[in-house]
Amino acid sequence: MNLDSKVPSGPLEDKWSKHLNDIQLVAPNNKRKHDVIVVGTGLAGGSAAASLAELGYNVTSFCIQDSARRAHSIAAQGGINAAKNYPNDGDTIWRLFYDTIKGGDYRSRESNTYRLAQISNEIIDQAVAQGVPFAREYGGLLANRSFGGAQVSRTFYARGQTGQQLLLGAYQAMMRQVHNGKIDMQTRQEMLDVVIVDGKARGIITRDLVSGEIQRWMADAVVLASGGYGNAFYLSTNAINSNVTAAWRCHKRGAAFANPCYVQIHPTCIPVSGDYQSKLTLMSESLRNDGRVWVPKEKGDDRHPNDIPEDERYYYLEEKYPAFGNLVPRDVASRNAKIVCDEGMGVGPTGRAVYLDFRDAIEREGKQAISDKYGNLFEMYENITDNNPYEEPMRIFPAVHYTMGGLWVDYNLMSNIPGLFVAGEANFSDHGANRLGASALMQGLSDGYFIIPYTIGNYIAGEELPDVSKDHEAFDEAAENAQGHIDKLFEVDGDKSVVEFHRELGQIMWDKVGISRSEEGLKEAIKQIQELREEFWNNVRVPGEAANYNKYLEFAGRVADFLELGELMAKDALHRDESCGCHLRAEHQSEEGEALRNDEEYSYVAAWEFQGVNGELQEELHKEDLEFEFVELKQRSYK
Amino acid sequence: MADTFTVHLKIWRQDGPNEPGELVDYTLDKVNEHMSFLEMLDVLNEEIVKEGGVPVEFDYDCREGICGSCNLMINGQAHGPKAMTCSCQLHMRNYSDGDTIVIEPFRAKGFPVVKDLVVDRSAFDRIIEAGGYVSVKTGSAPDANSIPVDKSVADTAFDYATCIGCGACVAACPNSSASLFTGAKLAHLNRLPQGEPEREERTVAMVEQMEEEGFGDCSNYAECEAVCPKGISISAIAEMRRNYMKAALSG
Repeated sequence: MNLDSKVPSGPLEDKWSKHLNDIQLVAPNNKRKHDVIVVGTGLAGGSAAASLAELGYNVTSFCIQDSARRAHSIAAQGGINAAKNYPNDGDTIWRLFYDTIKGGDYRSRESNTYRLAQISNEIIDQAVAQGVPFAREYGGLLANRSFGGAQVSRTFYARGQTGQQLLLGAYQAMMRQVHNGKIDMQTRQEMLDVVIVDGKARGIITRDLVSGEIQRWMADAVVLASGGYGNAFYLSTNAINSNVTAAWRCHKRGAAFANPCYVQIHPTCIPVSGDYQSKLTLMSESLRNDGRVWVPKEKGDDRHPNDIPEDERYYYLEEKYPAFGNLVPRDVASRNAKIVCDEGMGVGPTGRAVYLDFRDAIEREGKQAISDKYGNLFEMYENITDNNPYEEPMRIFPAVHYTMGGLWVDYNLMSNIPGLFVAGEANFSDHGANRLGASALMQGLSDGYFIIPYTIGNYIAGEELPDVSKDHEAFDEAAENAQGHIDKLFEVDGDKSVVEFHRELGQIMWDKVGISRSEEGLKEAIKQIQELREEFWNNVRVPGEAANYNKYLEFAGRVADFLELGELMAKDALHRDESCGCHLRAEHQSEEGEALRNDEEYSYVAAWEFQGVNGELQEELHKEDLEFEFVELKQRSYK
Repeated sequence: MADTFTVHLKIWRQDGPNEPGELVDYTLDKVNEHMSFLEMLDVLNEEIVKEGGVPVEFDYDCREGICGSCNLMINGQAHGPKAMTCSCQLHMRNYSDGDTIVIEPFRAKGFPVVKDLVVDRSAFDRIIEAGGYVSVKTGSAPDANSIPVDKSVADTAFDYATCIGCGACVAACPNSSASLFTGAKLAHLNRLPQGEPEREERTVAMVEQMEEEGFGDCSNYAECEAVCPKGISISAIAEMRRNYMKAALSG
């Protein structure tokens, strides 16, 4: 397998401009002769489709929702980073780059991460020009706030709905191109396979989710922007329909899957309340600016939190990390919540929660001030839990939030399959082993508006792309494969529901491939997933029929893929015998419970090549060594 | 853990757009007060699957009140009884043991039924397509701070921009008007300096597309504002009309 990163040579700050100067262009009158498929309409896919269409390519865009506007990027709350230095607090592109690469525990490519920081400023200009209503100061200029992991105010925001407003900006840009006839928008369509002709991605197979029809789509290049795979855990902050199918089917056709075990666990979510629960809801990280995290010192203390006196409370983050206190990064906060719960100090009906207490902040600043800052979050919390956080502490617990792993891509965001580009959360690049807050939106839009539109031109200009008929044998084979998979699901005709399988997989993943992992646990997880997968194919029940709208059939296909991906996530976690970022191996931590990296042996991207499934998942490991020319690797410390 | 209770459901079942539909009775006795309304339907569907039936189809995705997918008419109210709340954020603690709940799709000529409770809201996309954007090319934008925007203007634009496109406004309106949806997008873009150059063209195109899609006229019932999960003000409609008149007169 060829893992050539194609990183341009030369100084870090000149790599992208040098590359833009070097890559080939497609003449304007030729662009209209080329078709591009974009799968997914979130920040990455929406912005890519709009920009490619505006350049002149014929774009066909696909989403599983009823409208492109509903992609899950819409749910991002906090903000988007950029190195504008508007607050004049000393921010630079270098600082944004450095915080991002350090936050990722030095497991991402320097060149990609630096380019992200460079492009960040253009993203803000673009969004503002589109009419995205960012927060403003009284003087009419843009407002900024701070976020975890940074010492400057570089986060731009639109109240707590930044993702929504940026997504609507990209969606509207797309709809403009639909109006211009340059985007063919296909909604309620699920990608089931990629079609490879002469070694190049030349199309996709979809299922029309309303009619059930299997359809064939041809193009000169395919952009996959289908999001992350956090729903492998069943419960997560992802939308219910978020899934790995498009990416996983590409993996099965030869696209390398990189760093699958890097999963970000967000520390401040509303805890699980019952076995019917379908998803977890995030409480913004910003709450930890004023909320104090604690548990009762005594195990099993079931008194009402307001009745527990000060000296019987354990403010574990403040005690263990005096310098950062409650504002330690997400991985550290999540891990410590798990530790105190494992020790029996957890609170609430399940014992899997800790308190986030605003009592002192309310005493200090008054209820009104706290309400001004967090009112909508407090209301959301009360609506879901029926508890009033002004009067008693919130109960929070970590939850799966974002996946840093994904399909391997080079500097052009092209996978190892020529013509298959991967953008946003679906690729592995930029965030390393941990993602800082307010950087997911930045990456999605950077990839879609400013990278893919140019690198795809370079590919199209440099390749022989003869016309391919949709009757080509590769299309026949892929379409039959997709149909065969669906038929097989119905043939099982067992008596256990898809949801039951998904929930069981999620529990294995959460217990053994979650906040912290161990060799023993991962080996058990691999075995359990294999057994569950076998049971699935012998006992799953898919109701209804294929030629109709059938949500359970959609889920069955996705859970089948999660049952394979889950095993790869555990395998990747097992082989990476070090702790880094969100990947904590119990065997590798300091006496104080801090993650211990092993840069000597593990400073590489783990890219897996699919070999088959035969009881167990067969995968071959390839390594892309990470070279750090410009930054010095240091242990992260928040003491 | 709270005790479970029983609800009686009357749910609209319809096989496809051209099939007849009817309300079908179900009884669910595993309801927990902490469940969301959609989680209650998930539990019902699991029971239906176990019994060999075909589950009820309904739209949902984020389940945190922001994607706009969910769209249930609950006892005749779009998104149910709780103000400023999507179906996905409505919790079963709002109901009691023995309650009967009628669940129907958002009904409107512009929203044909796809299956059961799922409707086709692509008309909203076509309204945006007609002009609900600022025509700016990628990468050619001036520095973001080169166009100051009065804070109150930006805040008001944001209030209108929070529309999630769920369609409750249409479902609640006796005329099935999409004026709140269209008006909200116009009120967002038309008041910003970035949106100003295309204001007239945008207003005319979007209003005309809305009519073409088969949505009715606004008669100021204000039912749309009452059910909007994001609390979008009906003033958007007055503003849309003023702008439309101006554009039509200047011609």
